[in-house]
Amino acid sequence: MTAVLPRERLIVSIARLLEGVRHVAVGASSPIPAAGAMLLRALAERQGKPRVRISILGSREHNFFTNGSAELFDCAGQGRIDAFFLGGGQIDGEANINLVGTGDYPQTPVRWPGSFGSSYLYFVVPRVILFREEHTPRVFVEKVDFVSAPGTSSDGVYRPGGPHALLTGLGVFSFNKAQKRFRLDSVHPGHTLSEIIAATGFAFDHEPEVPETADPDAATLALLRGRVLTELGETYPEFARQMTADIAGLDLKRAG
Amino acid sequence: MQTHRLEDLARMVPDGAKLALPVDYAGVSMAMTRLLIARGLRDLHVVCLPTGGMQPDMLIGAGCVATIETSAMTLGEAGGAPCFSRAVRAGAIQVMDATCPAVHAGFLAAQKGVPFATLRGMIGTDVLANRPDWKVIQNPFSEDPDPIVAIPAIRPDVTIFHCPMADRDGNVWIGRRRELASLAYASERTLVTVERIVETSLLADEVMAAGVLPALYVEAVAVAPKGAAPIGLWGEYPADMAEIGRYAREARTPEGFRAWLDGADRALEAVS
Repeated sequence: MTAVLPRERLIVSIARLLEGVRHVAVGASSPIPAAGAMLLRALAERQGKPRVRISILGSREHNFFTNGSAELFDCAGQGRIDAFFLGGGQIDGEANINLVGTGDYPQTPVRWPGSFGSSYLYFVVPRVILFREEHTPRVFVEKVDFVSAPGTSSDGVYRPGGPHALLTGLGVFSFNKAQKRFRLDSVHPGHTLSEIIAATGFAFDHEPEVPETADPDAATLALLRGRVLTELGETYPEFARQMTADIAGLDLKRAG
Repeated sequence: MQTHRLEDLARMVPDGAKLALPVDYAGVSMAMTRLLIARGLRDLHVVCLPTGGMQPDMLIGAGCVATIETSAMTLGEAGGAPCFSRAVRAGAIQVMDATCPAVHAGFLAAQKGVPFATLRGMIGTDVLANRPDWKVIQNPFSEDPDPIVAIPAIRPDVTIFHCPMADRDGNVWIGRRRELASLAYASERTLVTVERIVETSLLADEVMAAGVLPALYVEAVAVAPKGAAPIGLWGEYPADMAEIGRYAREARTPEGFRAWLDGADRALEAVS
């Protein structure tokens, strides 16, 4: 069995969550989602499936847009973007996200950059994947202090999009829009259900025994460590360099 | 059109102006930042299309800004915007938190000369709840209840940005950075700094003409080589991440920000 890096598991998990999408957009400074999208594209090509388009914002090599920064939103509003990633300083049990700050608005003691396009994209992109590596009670709270974008909307509000899954450094959740609840689908190897319950500030559904997040097969891992890492290096050189070093470290550990 | 000096452009921005600025990757006229600060401008209403970085952060740090209307303030990989965060904590500025496509919609409405543009999403957010100037209306074309948000036109007094080149007629080459055109269409006056002036008309060649903002929308042009630095300029030079990182660290305190500004002024004098 080949050893797998925690970050490689996240990338593989993202590729699985993106299965079937035709056009995925990735925000700036998001190397792990970008790598997951690139892995999906490489897998689709290998399996002879339709071409996957990737738009990485702020990248010159992986960005088709010629109509300025409004084009992503126009494209999403027309239903031309199937998947997007959102994070959050806080994410709550109803999949509401907060990118603005903690405490009483507007004079928030902790102020984050702001909502960016989330208050719109969460409504119109069908498959939004919530991704936050840090899995702690300060991130996963009972209720967010500020709603940058709501997990669900009341009837009558135009809402073709919304949360599809939540991926963290500890596990993978799916989201049930009718019940407004997350369900833990798998726990990453090396972690436990009780650890996740302790690290999560909201209640969520789960089976008594939650399966482990499956490791990639050898061919997928080879694709990730070869082609995908090379492609990633064009946009995120520092991240790709670090991952290459970590992979070399894994081999050393096994050899020693 | 005559080319101006940077100081002339800075004088065209009055106290209390509604000043529109572009996102970092579109072309920020960092060369104008220190001159605006040196003028001691007060009570600016800064609008970022659609997010702001080091330039509005410096204007906030220098006390020039009363209100900032933006979808985010960030130094990108260098982290949060230090002067902005400090001003929010102190309650020293009014923040009109937005979301990117809503800012674009406000500029689009101004471009068309109509009072508002409508946009999906946002219903149920605290962004909308804190923007009394945005109204939820019923879609007049729907028989069923269909709420949609109306965003009023954003009409800035002044826009400032930086581009690779302009010609002698005042036509400016914006390439595919179309948000610069949105800024100019919506604004009363547009002030542009460029890396260089070219001697042939940018409209002479159809390939170049496709990326031209015509002089019709441009009030004044000034030459500022490396005018976006330390932020990068598309097709010209990358961002100086070390310098942006240094700003992010030093501007964490008001004293550090002042010291950084003084150091930057000295560096400017040394090259001029």
